[in-house]
Amino acid sequence: MELKVKRMERVDGIKEAMFLPGIINGLRLTVKHFWRNLFGARDVVTVNYPEEKRHVSHRWRGRHRLTRLDNGFLSCVACYMCETVCPSKCIHIEAGEHPDLSVEKYPVVFDIDELRCVFCGLCVEACPKDAIRMDTGIVSMAYTSRQTFDFTRDLLRDSYDPNTHSNPKYKDKDLPTPANQTEALPNSHGVPAS
Amino acid sequence: MEIILDIIMIPAVLACIKIAVIILLFAMPLGTVLTLMERKWSSMIQDRVGPNRANIGAFTGHGALHLAADGLKSIFKEDTIPKGANGFLYLIAPFFGLIAAVATFAIIPIAGPIGDFTFQVTDINPGLLFIFAITSLNVYGAVLAGTSSNSKFALLGGTRASAQMISYEVFMGLALMGIFMVYGSTRVSSIVDGQNEYWFGNLIPMWGIFTQPLGFILFFTALVAETKRAPFDAPEGESEIVAGYFLEYSGMRWSAFMLAEYVSLVGVAALMTTLFFGGYHVPWLHLWESAPQWLVTVLQIIKFSFVTLIFCWFQIQLRWTVPKFRFDQTMGLGWKKLLPLSLVNIIVTAFVILTLA
Ligand code: SF4
Ligand code: SF4
Repeated sequence: MELKVKRMERVDGIKEAMFLPGIINGLRLTVKHFWRNLFGARDVVTVNYPEEKRHVSHRWRGRHRLTRLDNGFLSCVACYMCETVCPSKCIHIEAGEHPDLSVEKYPVVFDIDELRCVFCGLCVEACPKDAIRMDTGIVSMAYTSRQTFDFTRDLLRDSYDPNTHSNPKYKDKDLPTPANQTEALPNSHGVPAS
Repeated sequence: MEIILDIIMIPAVLACIKIAVIILLFAMPLGTVLTLMERKWSSMIQDRVGPNRANIGAFTGHGALHLAADGLKSIFKEDTIPKGANGFLYLIAPFFGLIAAVATFAIIPIAGPIGDFTFQVTDINPGLLFIFAITSLNVYGAVLAGTSSNSKFALLGGTRASAQMISYEVFMGLALMGIFMVYGSTRVSSIVDGQNEYWFGNLIPMWGIFTQPLGFILFFTALVAETKRAPFDAPEGESEIVAGYFLEYSGMRWSAFMLAEYVSLVGVAALMTTLFFGGYHVPWLHLWESAPQWLVTVLQIIKFSFVTLIFCWFQIQLRWTVPKFRFDQTMGLGWKKLLPLSLVNIIVTAFVILTLA
């Protein structure tokens, strides 16, 4: 097969040696851009993050979320599929007995260490109950403490975003730790109070 | 009141006031604003947004606050002196460039004289020769900064800067020779007044750019090379010698270098206006004979500032258009092209003047 080679001819001569035609050509281009942008910034493609955000596809793997059933129960049945498949071993689940005997199990503890997560999405694919999803749209997690990245079950359930405090129930500093979460939060079993 | 007026009219006091007004109200603020403007304008050229983050509350002023932010940052930054540097020379070097840049404005008239009062710090007879003397002082800033920093990069940058500036001073002088011949003086006021004459009745003003088009290009090129701005910024090659001769500086002293660059940019613009665009003379204004004196002066100041501003913009535009010359190309352009061309310019000018006379 013949390779396509483009040979650039070196143009010599008085026109090149004078530099002026080249400079004027260049100036034509830059001045055009300058004036266009001076009146209206029409060509600027910059997105002024964080005031403006780029459109993120709904298939983008963002932070995890635990889905709920219509009756308010967590869909998760603590089957450990996601914990098993997770390549970075960042999911930690402890199962407990569910009051509804037909459900059998529910997660007492469901922690995801988002600092270790590689956002591969395998946990979502592994889940037989569609209980874990990555569709919160929270694509940039930039928090100031490591502890903030340890998302517990209830934080995952409520799609809580520490940056925007979208969930007024929690303050940044009194995030529940896995140890005290059952005491710290009312209704923390994922079971409706009624 | 009279006493105050008397004191003000003492030549020395008057000169001091003019210096303060021209430098503190014209050159320095314009230079400072240009540091921001260059960033803004370059962003427009390159389809970017440019600085717009500095804010007080919700007020950003389209990036205007970056000026204050940058200033504050430089003031509070540590003023480091590298180990083994020549302390004294290192500390004074930044101000050579600044003084040289500011001194240019000493001979530039920004409006026509009203009676005895001139809008010019001093109208000395050597005139433009003074500019040449001052620009050669400029070299010291780069050389001292380069040699005293105890850094190889700075030394290389200083060497390049001195070689470039000393070479281009030659063509700068030769390129202006045509102007001296056409207007018959080195005195700035005579040159400016000479540009107030007209060709073909009142059709074309005898501006320097029309009488000396080649001289204009040569002189402008030489001046741009003197200010070490792109495309002649080999003394500060990012990829080769980092920031060049002011590599080791930080804080306010570094800012002094930057400010010197921008003030000399304004100086170049003012000089080009004065020598090639009729200075403060508003073209065809003499046709309106009944114009009141104050209005003429105001128009002259506006015209001078406007053309100066255009030239500032043009230099910035040039910097973001033209790729940089390699150092040997810079020297080659100077010695092999500009030098012969400026000599030809002198000869042709002499012939034309002799034929017309
Ligand atoms: S996205 Fe991948 S790494 Fe992150 S928790 Fe799920 S399985 Fe583990
Ligand atoms: S989230 Fe899904 S896969 Fe993971 S334990 Fe719960 S039900 Fe099983």
